[in-house]
Amino acid sequence: MLLIPCPWCGPRSQIEFTYGGDATLRRPAPDAPEAAWTDYVYLRDNPCGPLDELWYHGAGCRSWFVVRRDTRTHEILPPDGSAEARP
Amino acid sequence: MKRYSIFSLVGNALTGHVHWPRAWRSPEPKKHYDVVIIGGGGHGLATAYYLAKEHGIRNVAVLEKGWLGGGNTGRNTTIVRSNYHFEPNAHFYEFSLKLWESLSQTLDFNVMYSARGVLNLVHSPADIDAAMRRGNAMRLNGIDAAFLSRDEIAARIPNLDCSPDARFPILGGLLQPRGGTVRHDAVAWGYARAADSLGVDILQQCEVTGMRIESGTVTGVRTTRGDIGAGKVGIAVAGHSGKVAEMAGIRLPIESHVLQAMVSEPVKPVLDTVVTSGAVHFYVSQSDKGELVMGGDLDFYNSYAQRGNLPRIEDVVSACLALFPSFGRLRLMRTWGGIMDMTMDGSPIIGKLPVENLYMTGGWCYGGFKATPASGYVHAWTIAHDAPHPLNAAFTLERFAEGRTIDEKGAGPYPWAH
Repeated sequence: MLLIPCPWCGPRSQIEFTYGGDATLRRPAPDAPEAAWTDYVYLRDNPCGPLDELWYHGAGCRSWFVVRRDTRTHEILPPDGSAEARP
Repeated sequence: MKRYSIFSLVGNALTGHVHWPRAWRSPEPKKHYDVVIIGGGGHGLATAYYLAKEHGIRNVAVLEKGWLGGGNTGRNTTIVRSNYHFEPNAHFYEFSLKLWESLSQTLDFNVMYSARGVLNLVHSPADIDAAMRRGNAMRLNGIDAAFLSRDEIAARIPNLDCSPDARFPILGGLLQPRGGTVRHDAVAWGYARAADSLGVDILQQCEVTGMRIESGTVTGVRTTRGDIGAGKVGIAVAGHSGKVAEMAGIRLPIESHVLQAMVSEPVKPVLDTVVTSGAVHFYVSQSDKGELVMGGDLDFYNSYAQRGNLPRIEDVVSACLALFPSFGRLRLMRTWGGIMDMTMDGSPIIGKLPVENLYMTGGWCYGGFKATPASGYVHAWTIAHDAPHPLNAAFTLERFAEGRTIDEKGAGPYPWAH
């Protein structure tokens, strides 16, 4: 069972959350070249190790936030501050 | 290779089973191979076998970081079927099912293909329409499909709760009679033995740690057993495709996710059909040992851990008990997880990569096992001809940038949605 540290509600069971995927993706400018959009929509770093990812606390405060987690062990790591939650 | 037969069985039985020859050699790596296949699961071994058998390319090595079939080949739920709607998938998986039907004879190894039928239950009028549409599409593509009424299902599978007041009322189901199960370990072993007998070197405990690329062309791999030169390199490591492609500087439209499966304690025969329900995301069959083999959804977060968490097991078991109340008396014996290459359209990637002489078969999402023979066949073809076989021409890496995705579920670019 993952215990997800919600910044508002504290550590809660994973069943209260929805996964939002890689938090480091940034939407390109509307007039960015097609290759930039292909990268954004389809390509992923898919790291084997620490990953900054989005979670949504649907059964709680209903906010989106970033969790840093190791994809090899599922261990929740302290945030390194490089990824911010998108609005 | 000495063929297995009734005579070899009787002869070895009478002499205490101590004279069986090794099924494959354990050679030292050579300095150079015409083709190096990364990944000693079903897909990699099948690729090597078809390279040797169909294309006469026998100077081939299969590199496996652990032991043969120790990854997803040994972790799946052994179901084979070809009940797809879209043309590229339908033709590809139907070709695969045809190879399954004769694979034991082809490989001289009993892979225990059992055409027990795969039944997709439908629970709503909209489900009926979708099942009819898919069944008709399958039949137009020459694939067997039959719609069963609730009464026909109740007669065929007596312990399924077909009562009108069931938690998920069953209105009917789409059956593919030729679908069924295959013994997964035997697939790896059978392909390994057949490939080895044609001269393929199978190198276990040999992990690829890097790739040698010179001016846009792959020329070899770095491994834990030394550098190995290669004319061509094929990647067959689904679950870790992104990690290996990264060694060649390639990003893939793939996320790695964990999918769990589980078995009950073994019991006498109670279920002779593979039963699935898309609505509750559940599938079950009974193994030859008597265990009920079950699975459901992904855990839905990126993972390379080969183990999942309890909420998904609870989902699978509760779906099982809603459909088969009598299974509630069984104990769950074992659960495990495997890592899926989840692509952005739910379909595989088989073909050339943007480095010369580098190829891959991967991106299998939930369904790599049933594809094993066809995947190996077309991957070998692609490597031998440096061009795709007609059956995998649609499964290019470029389809994402070109807007030619094969989105069976119509869900858009979400890797965890399939």
